[in-house]
Amino acid sequence: MTTTPLLEVEGLHKAFGPHEVLRGIDLAVMPGERVAIIGGSGSGKSTLLRCLNFMEVPTAGRIALDGRTLGRRGRDGGTVYPESELCGVRRRVGMVFQQFNLFPHRTAIENVMEALVTVKGTPRAEARARAEAELGKVGLSEKRDAYPSRLSGGQQQRVAIARALAMDPEILLFDEPTSSLDPELVGEVLRVIRGLAGEGRTMLLVTHELGFAYHFATKVVFLADGRFYEVGTPDEVLKHPRGERTRSFLARHSEFAF
Amino acid sequence: MTYDWDFSLLAQNWPVLLRGLLVTVELWIPAMAAGLALGFALGLARLSRSGWVAKPALGAIEVFRGTPVLIQLIWFFYAFPIVIGVQLSPFVAALLGLTLNTAAYCAEIFRGGIQSVPKGQFEGARALGMTRAQAMRRVILPQVLRRMLPAFTNRAIELAKVTSLASVLSVHELMYQGRLLSATYYRPLEILTTVAIVYFVLIYPGSFLSARLERRLAARS
Repeated sequence: MTTTPLLEVEGLHKAFGPHEVLRGIDLAVMPGERVAIIGGSGSGKSTLLRCLNFMEVPTAGRIALDGRTLGRRGRDGGTVYPESELCGVRRRVGMVFQQFNLFPHRTAIENVMEALVTVKGTPRAEARARAEAELGKVGLSEKRDAYPSRLSGGQQQRVAIARALAMDPEILLFDEPTSSLDPELVGEVLRVIRGLAGEGRTMLLVTHELGFAYHFATKVVFLADGRFYEVGTPDEVLKHPRGERTRSFLARHSEFAF
Repeated sequence: MTYDWDFSLLAQNWPVLLRGLLVTVELWIPAMAAGLALGFALGLARLSRSGWVAKPALGAIEVFRGTPVLIQLIWFFYAFPIVIGVQLSPFVAALLGLTLNTAAYCAEIFRGGIQSVPKGQFEGARALGMTRAQAMRRVILPQVLRRMLPAFTNRAIELAKVTSLASVLSVHELMYQGRLLSATYYRPLEILTTVAIVYFVLIYPGSFLSARLERRLAARS
């Protein structure tokens, strides 16, 4: 069975000034694949994810969505990404942030409805019904009228997931979704993400929760110095790593395991 | 030292002050409204990533904030005709000067307010597919307008008083009418006291309403 990758990345580079964060990334994500991206801090894993929905614009390289290369050639030979195209890409590639980024002036349900109404032009009543369904899915129906400041971190992140889901994204990006949560709140968010895995959604997850990555992912990528250092199945990368750096990274992460 | 306060002349001359008050309002409200609108545009321009847009905006803001309003008004009335060959009426010159001055201050209020919103808010909106304009309108501005309200109120109060400078261009606003009466009756203390009270009565309701609005908005979050 051959299909075109839903997402294809070729020779992706990203530099912030003189500081090169990504130094040539190649990645193909098939529909239904779940990719866990791991690596030390500063390895570029968040930057990679943020390039995929153009929160950061890549310095060089090619990104294709569903076989169609994004952007067009600029006069200087680089790629330019028209604003309208990026808005279209972001509708298809949803993102969940480490800091949730809920809108504090809107209630939970309004947060979920907002882009449905403003971006997709869904009628309000319909958007409300959809938002209620999504909040129900993350187990927060009874919090629909609460402002984010009244919600725990775990609840906020679940609202953020519902907000992303409401847009019917083809790909979901999770940027360290549990890193800013108290340990006892991590579980509720991971359970929701695991539930999405069961639906066959295409997802990319940057995380430090290696145990979760092992059970969640179909493919694990270990990033070091802005390059893919090791790629494989969860078993290959997390249980039987071949590379020296992967091994020492995993050893550091399991230092206090018991 | 005794001084016989005599407010009786105001009993006959209040229509003179009332006419001045009307002109003051005609300067104040339009200059504030236009200053807000223009200030918003200037504030956005100032935040632009393009230097070709941001730098001229910054220049204009600094010029209007860094020079006396009095000189700006005089300049628009006397120097404008020389530079561009159009003679403005005193009222229009005053209105123009006050508007641009207000715009410069409002631009900085808008800029500061918009920049005070965490970057994540903009990203959260953009990640959902919103355009810059949608993110600004639906996510950023609703959050900051509340925070900017006290600053805008201050500006409006300041502007109400600064309109009195238009009297140097012989615009017949409240201050001009007051000085006219003083010169006629040699009773500056009574007349200027009255003028001050009229300014206060003009300004206080706005500042009262703004404080109430602020409390209401604060209660909502």
